[in-house]
Amino acid sequence: MTATAPPPTSLPADVAALRVTAKEIRADGVLTLELTAPSGGRLRDWTPGSHIDLTLPNGLTRQYSLCGDRRDPTTYRVGVLREPEGRGGSAFVHDALAVGDLVGVGGPRNNFPLVPSEQYLFVAGGIGITPILPMVRQADLVGADWRLLYGGRRRGSMAFLDELSGYGDRVLVRPEDEHGLLDLAGFLGEPRGGVRVYACGPAPLLAATEGACAGWPPHTLRTERFVADELGAPARSAAFEVELARTGATVTVTPEMTVLDALSRVGVEVLSSCRRGVCGTCETEVLAGRPDHRDALLDDDEREANDCMYVCVSRSRDERLVLDL
Amino acid sequence: MTATTTGTVPVSDVDPFGHDALEDPLPMHAELRDAGPVVYLSRYDVHAFARYDEVHAALVDWQGFQSAAGVGLSNFRYEKPWRPPSLLLEADPPKHDAPRRVLQKVLGPRALRRLRERWSADADALVDEVLGRGSTFDAVPSLTSAFPLRVFPDAVGLPQEGRENLLPYSDHAFNAFGPGNGLVAKGAPRVGELSAWVAAQCRRDVLAPVGFGADIWAASDRGDITPEMAPLVVRSLLTAGVDTTVHALSAVLYAFATHPDQWARLRQEPSLARVAFDEAVRWESPVQTFFRTATTDVRVGDVVIPEGHKILMFLAAANRDPRRWTDPDAFDLSRDPSGHVGFGMGIHQCVGQHVARLEAESLLTALARRVRSIELAGPTKRHHNNTLRAWESIPVRVELDRS
Repeated sequence: MTATAPPPTSLPADVAALRVTAKEIRADGVLTLELTAPSGGRLRDWTPGSHIDLTLPNGLTRQYSLCGDRRDPTTYRVGVLREPEGRGGSAFVHDALAVGDLVGVGGPRNNFPLVPSEQYLFVAGGIGITPILPMVRQADLVGADWRLLYGGRRRGSMAFLDELSGYGDRVLVRPEDEHGLLDLAGFLGEPRGGVRVYACGPAPLLAATEGACAGWPPHTLRTERFVADELGAPARSAAFEVELARTGATVTVTPEMTVLDALSRVGVEVLSSCRRGVCGTCETEVLAGRPDHRDALLDDDEREANDCMYVCVSRSRDERLVLDL
Repeated sequence: MTATTTGTVPVSDVDPFGHDALEDPLPMHAELRDAGPVVYLSRYDVHAFARYDEVHAALVDWQGFQSAAGVGLSNFRYEKPWRPPSLLLEADPPKHDAPRRVLQKVLGPRALRRLRERWSADADALVDEVLGRGSTFDAVPSLTSAFPLRVFPDAVGLPQEGRENLLPYSDHAFNAFGPGNGLVAKGAPRVGELSAWVAAQCRRDVLAPVGFGADIWAASDRGDITPEMAPLVVRSLLTAGVDTTVHALSAVLYAFATHPDQWARLRQEPSLARVAFDEAVRWESPVQTFFRTATTDVRVGDVVIPEGHKILMFLAAANRDPRRWTDPDAFDLSRDPSGHVGFGMGIHQCVGQHVARLEAESLLTALARRVRSIELAGPTKRHHNNTLRAWESIPVRVELDRS
């Protein structure tokens, strides 16, 4: 049984790796990267609040919020803060990653979606501005009533002040060395309905915001927690084995092929559709082994369950995966 | 029906929504594909894409080809829609984001796992009932419209009364994407009554406590969508969740009834059911067309489609474009149908595709278990719709396994 070759418009490389096309300092210790597809094609669509997984050339995988313009389908922009107490991801990005380098990519996924509301109050601390920035743009676009409270150590450490300056007094820039701790209660005002509060920044800021929102209606506040460093194992770049539980057959997946391709080569046709990890058609049950999830569908809990994967884009963290095929 | 070229854009005066084209669109599709990457349809003052590359590119480029001005011929920038626009189908980001996110979760493959066993049992029961009545029957009333009506309204959580309104409402909605021709006029007398019934089914207090409808209202309780959005999201299920699956199931059974070698393959390898359904969706394209509106001047070769103009995408023609598919007119289970645009592609790709596939898998598996061969027992009869490729009647004769 033969299958026709993957369609010419499918670009598996673009969902596996992106090229760094720009690296710019935005503030003390903060830079942005621009990433594009090696072929120049469309990247996977995203909504404000989304993040991507980047697998760096040193094998470390880190998550970064998308802070660019979603109407530009060819480019992702992420902001990266140098974390001195980090485990090497941010240091690598700041010191070693170069324009022209390829990085592995997974997602985008969104644990922090901007829900419809007539009024928004955005709270950003430090690098927490990155998911908030596209939210601000969108709230403004739809004509919502919004305000942003943006804190940081000092003005020089706060990125995107230039991009935010066009919004006038909707944006309150409050560096700590000028204003002290953020006046959350003053910013939020009296508890009331019809408001969504979005907060992203260091853990103490999120805790303070949660406290300040305690008396508000349920579902008012959404927060995004930046994990300072991923504790997972480095991404696997070597080949791995896939065992098919129902037949006992095994197939080797080498770095340049997808699991879907590898299965197809041994005559196992898993139905697929988008081949970009966005539609869900190729969902396959995982019986053993930890997938390296590169799709745009599963949330964190679902990923950790490791009971299914999307074989068109996702790979393996372990030497061997067992699939229910 | 000839394509001529004035200036640089090929022109055709074909009527894709006229009787002849609806009865058999394949010659028109071939002519439009061959005329060029873009063809101007003079009868409707729209530009058309019939080749795979152009259709695919327009589908995935929501920035350049918008849906909020309507995905039918009617341009919502200038004309009032016949009903409040769909928050899924007739919306662009950012308004599209939240409803899509919610419904994609509600109808996702993981959410459907709980239905798998029940639908498999329902399919077995229906097949047993039908085969018990005899070996010759009409596949459309007996199976392809019976099965979705048996399983989907329950899964949504609809009350029993009034379900006979679902197919007529949906038939009109899909006709309404086309021009105001006789097919649309035919639905006009009942549209008020049917719309009122559909709207009533979208209310929280009418829907069952467990089901897709309840899931949508739960999302509104969490604030993922507003309470004002919830009824319209439920409405999407009722508009697009039944008719389309009926015609897709008709397509796959018609395909098998006319390709006995492929049925034999399915019997040998029942796990081919999912591939078979997608191949049938490619081959027949139950949803034949959709429109988009250019948000900026669109350049296709030497042709510029002006901003604000409608573009008609022939999904069905793209699905049989020889530039993309080897032997495109063959219904072939050994083909990899992935990449077909029968469900669309991109952010608007059919949010119900996993539901449709599960229904098809359930029905085909149940049939393959008992039916050794299936063939046409008489002439088939098409049902014309401006957007859908549909049958009224597919008489079949089956041979059963000796048990």
